[in-house]
Amino acid sequence: MSGPLWREEFSVRSSEESYVSRRQFGKFLILTSLGMFVGNLWLLMRSWLRRPPTFPSMQVARLSEVPEGGVKLFRYPTASDPCILVRRRGEEVAAYSQKCTHLSCAVTYSAERGRLECPCHQGYFSVRDGRVLQGPPQRPLPRVLLERHGDDLIAVGMDMGEGDA
Amino acid sequence: MSVPRPPLPRRSRRTAIDGAIALIAILLIVQMWLLTAALEAYLGGRVETALPAAIVSGLLFAAAIALYLFIDRLDREAQDR
Repeated sequence: MSGPLWREEFSVRSSEESYVSRRQFGKFLILTSLGMFVGNLWLLMRSWLRRPPTFPSMQVARLSEVPEGGVKLFRYPTASDPCILVRRRGEEVAAYSQKCTHLSCAVTYSAERGRLECPCHQGYFSVRDGRVLQGPPQRPLPRVLLERHGDDLIAVGMDMGEGDA
Repeated sequence: MSVPRPPLPRRSRRTAIDGAIALIAILLIVQMWLLTAALEAYLGGRVETALPAAIVSGLLFAAAIALYLFIDRLDREAQDR
């Protein structure tokens, strides 16, 4: 059968397949290796071109509207970044990114267990500091830095928690 | 004056080629792991791993090319005989 080499080697019909020579197999491996290298170079370029994120000051909640043991969902720093604010007891509040650091499922707050839980793969995070308590996540939840002005809770930045990973 | 190297016997040549292909496959697996780890770090906001990962990946690619050239030379020697 005449035609492109790939069609001979990866034919739809098994009767038309031909064996791959060692040299061709070697070429395939080299091409794959080149692909891996290019992938790493692409990551390097993205890393160099990456701009440090900017975090606006934004009112995300009023303390009085969140009951003890309750939560409020908000988005910070952009509309595509869901976050969760937890009021544990008294005036003790903490806010985290709602995306699980494993596969980005939304975490929820379990008041009785006092932790943030990812329902997808049972990844649990401490509500005190966002560190991983259990499960497949390797990194802590990014923490939203809050400032309190009277009753208003203002988000002023994010701590990605990389040093704790 | 350099003495021309006698060609490898058929059995030894085949062993050498199989070994070289196996080595390339191992290098490829390491490269895959490296890319996965670098991507995981990048997505986690840690960009400082990208440069060493790219350098090591480039070295592994160069080693794979050297092994491929070795296979190619042995194959050509066999065809010329």
